[in-house]
Amino acid sequence: MALLEVKDLEVYYGVICALKGISFEVNEGEIVTLIGANGAGKTTTMQSVVGLIPSKAGSVTFEGKDITKTPCHKIVHLGMTQVPEGRRVFQELSVYENLLMGAYSVKNSSSFKEDLERIYTQFPRLAERKNQIAGTLSGGEQQMLAMGRALMSHPKLLMLDEPSMGLSPLLVDQVFDIIKSINKDGTTVLLVEQNAGKSLAISDRAYVLENGKIVLSGTGEELMASEDVKKAYLGG
Amino acid sequence: MEFIETLISGLSIGSTYAMIALGYTMVYGIAKMLNFAHGDVIMVGGYMIFLTMTALGNPVVGLVAAIIFCTLLGITIEKVAYKPLRGASPLAVLITAIGMSYLLQSMAQMIFGSAPKMVIVADFGNLKLGSLSVPVYTLITLGCSVVIMVILSLFVKYTKVGRAMIAVSEDRGAAQLMGINVNGIITITFAIGSALAAFAGFFMLMKSPSLSNTLGAMPGIKAFTAAVIGGIGSIPGAMVGGILMGVVEAFSLHVPAVAPYTDAIEFIILIVILLVKPTGILGKVRREKV
Repeated sequence: MALLEVKDLEVYYGVICALKGISFEVNEGEIVTLIGANGAGKTTTMQSVVGLIPSKAGSVTFEGKDITKTPCHKIVHLGMTQVPEGRRVFQELSVYENLLMGAYSVKNSSSFKEDLERIYTQFPRLAERKNQIAGTLSGGEQQMLAMGRALMSHPKLLMLDEPSMGLSPLLVDQVFDIIKSINKDGTTVLLVEQNAGKSLAISDRAYVLENGKIVLSGTGEELMASEDVKKAYLGG
Repeated sequence: MEFIETLISGLSIGSTYAMIALGYTMVYGIAKMLNFAHGDVIMVGGYMIFLTMTALGNPVVGLVAAIIFCTLLGITIEKVAYKPLRGASPLAVLITAIGMSYLLQSMAQMIFGSAPKMVIVADFGNLKLGSLSVPVYTLITLGCSVVIMVILSLFVKYTKVGRAMIAVSEDRGAAQLMGINVNGIITITFAIGSALAAFAGFFMLMKSPSLSNTLGAMPGIKAFTAAVIGGIGSIPGAMVGGILMGVVEAFSLHVPAVAPYTDAIEFIILIVILLVKPTGILGKVRREKV
């Protein structure tokens, strides 16, 4: 049984069809990537899966439980946390307070200190700046904070929407290394990326999204070798 | 001496405005709507005080009854009138709020009639210090307001719910992704705002015992102005704006030549501040996210 199973998902913005019935699955322990150009429907997929955008048809199943109609704020309690596109850290709150919000869904507050230590060890930069207001962090630091904030909720499935967007090449490498290590620690990862090369390299499997449809799928290696993918996403 | 007396009077009026402005600004910040029925919640609180005072004669019981009733009223208004419009155009919400305002005023008129009621909360007399003479009710108003504002600030800064309020006001989607129930936070916001309105109603009746169904109308508009002057959405802004409005009002009323123009002066301040700093004194420019 797949951890996350999306079936024939359709999303409309008014009369415009953004997702034309897409299906994919994420198995426990995997890193799965959705790649695609701007406007292909990647972010729509991510937001629709967690209920931020309502779907018109299709189903989303998490650990065998139908969550298609579950309100967004309850999804995180089930073990699925998303780092949204553009990071969206709480600009007016400090780094520490952002991490506190990340743990909002955690009922057992005794694990909070441990979790905090874990995040500070994983992202030393956040420890250095724990009392700084998040809006004053650099883009890379904000991405670390957004990831740390999401990890505070102990997700079984971590969804990352364009984590490398707007970062310098050095930071992009760092972000992908962190994703790999998060996955190694036992968290399943669903990744959406425009940086197809880097994301396919760390992915177990991947799907190619074009105009609201999945046009290709396979292991990361298969897709990297595919002529179509090379032409469209890997610059040659 | 006269200066100090006028200043204390201004601070007292201003802290009443601040109580009301907090309700406007918190609801705006978190629910992203202007609740123009907020002033009328004060009026309903006033009638609750009137009813309990008539029955039991105890102003403190009256205040508690008003707080409870206004809190429930605020929650009900939000559930019945505004929640179904979540995601609707802001104009629809605005019109609904204005309609709710008239509904409350008309219902009060139907139940209690249009003749003003006299509600003598209590006569505390004046505090005399040398040549200084200050009505005690102004000190009660000021003292209570300061305590309430400190508690509210600590609540927002240091509690889980308070921080969730900041998170929702800043980015509703990201807050939901953290597992924050936005509807629940909006309900709490309306409850707090309405409870503060009950305090404001109590303060206003201490100052002037005349109660009618339009009790909250003018103070509501002035407190809304105060919230905009301070920076709508900002809690410290509402406090600063409210106090500023009150102090200006007191000094303007004190000078016979300008006293008749007091309301105009207050609204001119709004215009000037909007021209100089459109976000208000403590308002922040928020980049719209795409």
